[in-house]
Amino acid sequence: MTNQTTNSTGQVHHIRRMTVIWIILSIVADVLYSIFVAAHIPPGRLTETAAKDQTDFNILIEMAIPVLLGVWIYLSYSLYVWGDKRNPNEAFSGDAARGNTKVQASWIVITTVTVLFLAGFGTWALVVDHGSGGGQGPNPAFAPAGALKAETAALLGRATWSPGSTNVLPVQVIGQQWKFTYRYPTFGGFESSQLMVPANTTIAFNVTSLDVIHSFWAYQLGVKADANPQVNDVAFTTTKDPGTFIVRCSELCGIWHGSMYNNGAVLSQTAFENWATTTEAANAANTALLPAFAWTYVPDANGASGGYYPDGTLTPYSPSEVYGAKQPS
Amino acid sequence: MTISEERSTEVSGASSGHPHESRGLSWTQRPGILSQNVITALVFAVIGYVIGHWFGNYLSSGYTYIANSGQNSISNTLALAFGVLGWLGGIGALNYPVAKLFGVDGLEEESPVDNWTKYFRYSLDHKVVGLQYVVGVLLFMFTGGLLAMAVRAELLNPTTHLFSPDTYIKIVSEHGTIMMMMATSIIVGPLGNYFVPLMIGARRMAFPRIEALSFWIFTAGYMVIFSALPYGGFPTGWTGYAPLQTQSGPGMVSYLLGFAVIGLGMILAGFNQAVTIINYRAPGMTWSRVPIFVWSILATASLLTLATPVLFAGGLFGLLDKTVQTTFYVTEHGGSSYLWQNLFWFFGHPEVYIMALPGFGIAGEILPVFTRRPLFAYKVAAAGMIGVALLSFFVWQHHLFQSGINPDMRPLFMLTTELISIPTGFIFLVGMGTLYRAKIRLEIPMLFVLALFFNFLIGGVTGVFLSDVPVNVTVHGGFFVLSHFHYTIMGGLLFAFMAGLYYWLPKMTGKMMNKKIGKIHFWMMFVFFNLTFFPMFIIGLLGQPRRVFTYASNLQGLNDFSSVSAFILGLSFLVFFYNLVWSMWIKPEIAPPNPWESLGLEWQTASPVPAYNFERIPVIMTDPYRYSEPGAPDYADLGTSEPSAPSKHSLA
Repeated sequence: MTNQTTNSTGQVHHIRRMTVIWIILSIVADVLYSIFVAAHIPPGRLTETAAKDQTDFNILIEMAIPVLLGVWIYLSYSLYVWGDKRNPNEAFSGDAARGNTKVQASWIVITTVTVLFLAGFGTWALVVDHGSGGGQGPNPAFAPAGALKAETAALLGRATWSPGSTNVLPVQVIGQQWKFTYRYPTFGGFESSQLMVPANTTIAFNVTSLDVIHSFWAYQLGVKADANPQVNDVAFTTTKDPGTFIVRCSELCGIWHGSMYNNGAVLSQTAFENWATTTEAANAANTALLPAFAWTYVPDANGASGGYYPDGTLTPYSPSEVYGAKQPS
Repeated sequence: MTISEERSTEVSGASSGHPHESRGLSWTQRPGILSQNVITALVFAVIGYVIGHWFGNYLSSGYTYIANSGQNSISNTLALAFGVLGWLGGIGALNYPVAKLFGVDGLEEESPVDNWTKYFRYSLDHKVVGLQYVVGVLLFMFTGGLLAMAVRAELLNPTTHLFSPDTYIKIVSEHGTIMMMMATSIIVGPLGNYFVPLMIGARRMAFPRIEALSFWIFTAGYMVIFSALPYGGFPTGWTGYAPLQTQSGPGMVSYLLGFAVIGLGMILAGFNQAVTIINYRAPGMTWSRVPIFVWSILATASLLTLATPVLFAGGLFGLLDKTVQTTFYVTEHGGSSYLWQNLFWFFGHPEVYIMALPGFGIAGEILPVFTRRPLFAYKVAAAGMIGVALLSFFVWQHHLFQSGINPDMRPLFMLTTELISIPTGFIFLVGMGTLYRAKIRLEIPMLFVLALFFNFLIGGVTGVFLSDVPVNVTVHGGFFVLSHFHYTIMGGLLFAFMAGLYYWLPKMTGKMMNKKIGKIHFWMMFVFFNLTFFPMFIIGLLGQPRRVFTYASNLQGLNDFSSVSAFILGLSFLVFFYNLVWSMWIKPEIAPPNPWESLGLEWQTASPVPAYNFERIPVIMTDPYRYSEPGAPDYADLGTSEPSAPSKHSLA
């Protein structure tokens, strides 16, 4: 044993020892993690996006474990072996102690390669997963096929979706102090305080706010997009099987920020169509009073309903034209 | 003229203002009722506040919208601003500039009489300012810490509430803001001001008046931000996002003005440190002989000087929005809610490194002393700090990954954010390299430094998680983030501050901190820090957003665990204060001149440090960390007649 860990000058091979401990522990920890923990990591696998976010998280953890263990093993080993009580000799010094070109160079190379790999991997994951469920602003750069077409159709009131179709379903999320409401342009633009989405469908969430900044966080869907006033922040996800999820506001928006949450569900496609058409009919009287579907809304001077830029051009909002009502002077 | 000649003239110029020369004190510096001290400052501040309040009301009395709103932000702002001016005038910070403004010559502040009252006065001695800062930041930290206890108490139960949601969010906001303001100065202020001149062999800071001014602005900023509470608080958190900011009550003025005031102090302090380090190094102190702590302060100072003006401007825009109804941050009227986010984080991310770099510097300074080894890869450490400082200006939009701003720039900001872990990793290379085959003494400063490496590793690695956009979708805005930055700022910076205090208080006060109580303090703080914040990673992953007064009931167990640990963590600070009082006043143990057997220049000068630090300006002979090298030359030639303090190359 002693022969194996000492070199010709009788010096203990500290680095070799530490490396052996490190490799063994890292492998054990990574294996244990992937068997027992990885599958339970949020946000779960309710949607394609969530599943990919979970996989990314797990890959990062599997890489982080050896890094953490490496430093911890080194620190503990140093304290144990080189503590001054066990080690009454003169400390190691001289030129080698001031620096070691090989060690420094390999440290820099290894960390750089790791970091560049992480950045490359993150970018790849972001692009192939269409923005990974994150808010992409009004002009999403990484939109899935057909999404932009569906968005345009939604604004023109021509979006369609039915069970079995591969169409992207646009859903609008409107944040206000302190609740979220949802509009479905595909079903006459009705507004609901429940968020229901169909299974096996790509959803385009169009997130906006009527007052301050909120953040739409559909936890199990793996979606998070800030709701900014006057901004349409688009995020995509593709649902899988039916299930329930929770929506929380994750950007401080005032006193009741903590209670700004509600539940939503992924329904089977037929159940969703049922719910949507029923609600559309039930809400028809209310929908008629709502401003026409638009990406953003300006609460008018009366503090009620919303004004809008009707077709995305910069036509100024005029309540008297829209409602025939005069602004208070 | 050669550089050394120039230095010696400069030095003789400095010593002509020596306090012990027989020039008379001006009336403002004499002890007695009329002299200027913290009490006159308070009185002047109150008078300024009243005048400002009246003036604001006078200016805006004709506007119906102000009368109708029942809230006059103009008079709030002017009251606080005049209060700050009164505070600075009352302490005597304005005497010299105002006299100069009117062409009055001959009025020069003397350092006040040399007794305990100097700590309550406007002092130009960097050592006095350093100790004033120690007390100042401890007061800051204590206030913020109490608020943290309140936050954790509220989170003990998701349904039974200690505070109304309104009160709770204001406590959270005040805690965050006070702690962040405190953390920008916690090392640069006390230890930077005290030790940078000593470590570079200078007799003073480059601009002693600016140095003193920055401290008194810092205290004014503390009072302004604290005034938010009597004004009714502000609900925005320390990030102050508009338009919530625009919509909030008068407490918001305290936040905006408080940041602007503190920001001014930060700019001045940073500028002063940078100029001092660049121009006031002793002869022979080439850039490769500068102690690593000084490098870290230089990097921090450049961030303070370059990043803070952006916050200052952002705060002023916010004040204009609140007072005279501009719409910088109001989207509906041509402004943008993104503007504040951009300005704030353009300052805010460099600020994060303002809070990390001095900690790395302290670690690098203390490790060689307690390992009896030279600092491993010194140049890599310095390069790492400069690299972090530079890169920190190019990462700020990672705070806005999900905000919809510049979505196609996300890969770039992901790259820059991850790149910054390379220079940060250098610090680990340096730390671990220094430990290799060393002779490790586990004194209390060393324990805190080792804890810093442990904590900052967790903070740094989770930072990589946050920078990865797909993972960020899940963890952004939740307790994961909260835990991450407490691990870096509290686990890194605050542990470094404690290491620095235990290491340098013997030099500053001539008394040792009690080792036994110190060990209890360390282990309590280290263990319960981790027990408080590690569960928060899990809480965050399980879906708890930040700044909420209620949460899912299945998270109560973890939250309670974290809260109880936080209370004990809070107690550990009482242990620290107990140790401070015990070791400094109740049972002081006189410190030897160089208790840790350090080679650092600050330990070579006399103890207590004389008024102008060095009898003669030292000449630096060699590299700073030549431990365990028999026959190595002394770090500095102090040029004193008596033999200089023996440098210890080994423990023997």
